[in-house]
Amino acid sequence: MTEAPWTRESVDVAGQPLPFMRAGAGDPLLVLSHDVGSLPSLPFYDLLARQYTVYVPSHPGYDGSARPEWLRSVRDVAIIYQWFLAERGLTGVSLVGLGFGGWIAAEMAAMAPAAFRRLVLVGAMGIRPDSGEILDQALVSYLDYARAGFADPKVFERLYGSEPPTSQLEQWDLNREMTFRIAWKPYMYSPTLPHLLGGVRAPALVAWGRQDRIVPLECGERYAKALPRARLVVVEDAGHFVEMEQPEALGKLVAEFAATS
Amino acid sequence: MHLMYFTEQPMSAYPEAAGRDFGATALMFSNRHFDPVEGSRLYNQYIEHYKLAEDVGFDGIMLNEHHNAPFCMQAKCNVFASILAAITTRVKIVLLGNPLPLADNPVRLAEELAMIDMVSKGRLVSGFVRGGGQEQLATGVNPAFNRERFEEAHELIVRAWTQPGPFRWEGNHYQHRVVNPWAVPLQKPHPRIWIPGVLSKETIIWAARQRYPYIALSTAIDATKKIWELYDSVAAETGYAGGPANRGYLQRCHVAETEEKALANARQFMWMQGEFTGLAHPVWSSPSGYFSPSNRRAFVEFAVGRRANPRAAAFEDQLRDQQIIAGTPKTVLPRLRRLLEETRPSIVGFWASDGFVSNEDTMTSIRLLGQEVLPAVREMGKELGLLSPFEADAPVSIKYPERQTPRAEAAMPQAAVR
Repeated sequence: MTEAPWTRESVDVAGQPLPFMRAGAGDPLLVLSHDVGSLPSLPFYDLLARQYTVYVPSHPGYDGSARPEWLRSVRDVAIIYQWFLAERGLTGVSLVGLGFGGWIAAEMAAMAPAAFRRLVLVGAMGIRPDSGEILDQALVSYLDYARAGFADPKVFERLYGSEPPTSQLEQWDLNREMTFRIAWKPYMYSPTLPHLLGGVRAPALVAWGRQDRIVPLECGERYAKALPRARLVVVEDAGHFVEMEQPEALGKLVAEFAATS
Repeated sequence: MHLMYFTEQPMSAYPEAAGRDFGATALMFSNRHFDPVEGSRLYNQYIEHYKLAEDVGFDGIMLNEHHNAPFCMQAKCNVFASILAAITTRVKIVLLGNPLPLADNPVRLAEELAMIDMVSKGRLVSGFVRGGGQEQLATGVNPAFNRERFEEAHELIVRAWTQPGPFRWEGNHYQHRVVNPWAVPLQKPHPRIWIPGVLSKETIIWAARQRYPYIALSTAIDATKKIWELYDSVAAETGYAGGPANRGYLQRCHVAETEEKALANARQFMWMQGEFTGLAHPVWSSPSGYFSPSNRRAFVEFAVGRRANPRAAAFEDQLRDQQIIAGTPKTVLPRLRRLLEETRPSIVGFWASDGFVSNEDTMTSIRLLGQEVLPAVREMGKELGLLSPFEADAPVSIKYPERQTPRAEAAMPQAAVR
């Protein structure tokens, strides 16, 4: 099957252009990426585009998107995406949040509890673990942080190369700086978010890589408990970047979830 | 000239092997290796060194602070400044300085500094720094807003010192309902502010715009000259002439009775494996957002091990470039003369020893510096016209071009106005 072509577009939101990729046809689905940003294309995105009209924006200040100097919180980012959806006239949207993007998706669902069709959170940040810790990227290099997201180091090498180019390192540094600007303290969670998820009407799939070394699985358990219509599924042979390591398995899970909810 | 004594206050009683095994001697190197019995002994030893420095004729004592690392035991420079305010009578207490971005309450800093100024009878020089990258991580402060916090805290402190309260402060990083500290500095308009630094162009430009003396920290002579070119050009744009009164330099300089001993002890300046802040992961010393965007490309390559550390030079190279000077009083003088002639600073800090140098050798070095080196350096300074900000009666800043008029001149011993 030939994959749908991706177009690159941009809309003005909160005074700045917000770049995004779009492909496919069907119900709208918004994919929110990791704190390390996103590679320009991924098999997982193509899989989603077979069933949905998929939107993959670059977070404001990430991956070449202009930095709003005033941006201070992940909740601000969530509001920017609500604005983005309004600007595009999209309703009945499903959200797929990957890691850091999962936190943004959860904030969006909490602030508009009846607005979304489905919610998929994959290794989502945003909730403080009770016993473990969310890996602090401030203490490790860009390479070590990205590598920590994979169960199998060979997958990292296949996607990023064994020696990622300097331009990739620079982009990781810029993305990290932006993450510090909006999620420095508390690091990678909101103490109020768990109390605000109970109103979410949308069915939710909470997926977690078995070997996630960045966000502990217990955070997935807490999400599944806080969201009224949630199911937790653990994906084998995957770290934090489930969509890069097990795109087929995750794509299948999303399709089954869509068929049954 | 204004000649200061300086020590990093090394925690020279930690197990070196443990640092090597761990692969780092900063930030994450466990404080289970910190022995408070030794810590107590060393702090008290450093107090004796400061007293001796005043006795043998230094004009000032320079203090600094760092966190989570054996290279510097001083976790709060205002603590030692307070001690010195009470136990010394003549020397300037030169803080280089308080790391402003680490403060969540700059008004508290303004109060502490005002207290130190009053207790010391107007002997405070209050330098400010951004703090190292590791300092941000050690104190949980966002490195991405380091420079913004530095500038805003500076503005708030100067205002708290100079504008009668109460007033309200609604800034980007600091908000205060009522700024009205019942402690204000003795020196008017406020204590002198000096800005130390190593590399960052932004800081040099900022200091020059404020007309604050910049203190180059042990840079090589050629690099120091470039710093003054930049400083002077910004000064000219700002509307004044830069010169010796705006220039300071921290010189590592160990003096002993023999050349051999001096050289052997000077090797201790490399005791933190050549990187004076200790072995650390590059992303600890330069977290994202902390360093100049113009250096990003070089830095990210260094951070993943594709580029050598731009700061680590070999001992022999540092001797050749005079970043380290060692010898007898007689042999160090020509090299100090070269420093003065080529870079023309009026403020010179003598970082006299480091690491595992014995107490006895450190005391000897301080004594020889005071008795045999400083008088000759003062003569050179006179000959070369290197007037310190005090001698030149230079304005404290661009904002206050008029002569400083201390409210309580009588409180200041004459000898302090050197």
